[in-house]
Amino acid sequence: MAVGSRAAVWLASAAQRFGSVPWRDISAEAVDRTLLVIKAVCFAHVINSYVVSLIQVRGPSMLPTMNLTGDIIAVDRVTARRGTVAVGDVVLFRSPENPRRAITKRVLGLEGDAITYLVDPHKGDASKTVVVPNGHAWVQGDNIYDSRDSRHFGPVPYGLIQGRVFYRVWPPEGFGFIGQKATSL
Amino acid sequence: MHPTFTGSSTSFPGSLKGDVVLVERFCLQKYKFSHGDVIIFRSPTNQKQMFVKRLIALPGDWIQVPESSEILQIQEGHCWVEGDNPASSLDSRSFGPIPLGLVQGRVTHVIWPPQRIGQVERKMPTGRISPY
Repeated sequence: MAVGSRAAVWLASAAQRFGSVPWRDISAEAVDRTLLVIKAVCFAHVINSYVVSLIQVRGPSMLPTMNLTGDIIAVDRVTARRGTVAVGDVVLFRSPENPRRAITKRVLGLEGDAITYLVDPHKGDASKTVVVPNGHAWVQGDNIYDSRDSRHFGPVPYGLIQGRVFYRVWPPEGFGFIGQKATSL
Repeated sequence: MHPTFTGSSTSFPGSLKGDVVLVERFCLQKYKFSHGDVIIFRSPTNQKQMFVKRLIALPGDWIQVPESSEILQIQEGHCWVEGDNPASSLDSRSFGPIPLGLVQGRVTHVIWPPQRIGQVERKMPTGRISPY
């Protein structure tokens, strides 16, 4: 019948077209591309975990150095790993009150330093002096009126420090190094 | 941590005498631990040193500090760790509760030497903690 033979002709030509597609080349190229993507993802992960990462920060505790919201900063992870954090550095560390949160504050003292701080800046001038124990660091936000830091949860062990903040990447007006002292844009 | 683990002996430097264990890090996604887990953590006094101890108390638990009759509540974000061999163990009895952020993983199995291969069990000393 005419329909049957037309179908047979179509099937035969489809089989021929199927056979002429270069399957081996296509699959080789697909594997190559996939491996390239996997390598790129691994490279990005290693850089992010061990060299430098970009973090967005929020909150009023580091005003005026960092804005309330929307600042993106670059965190250097090599310094914390080597243990060469210095007084005056802004660091990123895991909160001792909640290990799933990372917070940024400035280091005001290392082990052995004596820190004098205002107990409650809203209510007068009473101050306390404390010596930072071995293996710990004293961290404080630049905005002492609205910051939860070592004045509340005590000195922080070095093992919690994940990186040192060294550069502000966003907003563009604020592009620049984050220095050793509290400064504004 | 004797007898759960045999540490590498210091009198035979260079020989692989200590146990080799498998540490899983999936627990760090949510920081969810159980009482009696063996965990590995950075020392609070020296960040380059790692300790392996058993987790005795989690945040909110009341723990009775051994060798003194004081009861202390573990604050949020911290935990109390103790070694299985209390006679020679540097743990929370000396440096107090440690922040959970210092924990680097949970020990699940011993994989070397072959005669000690097996799962590390979760066990709790009785009568030490109470949730209220």
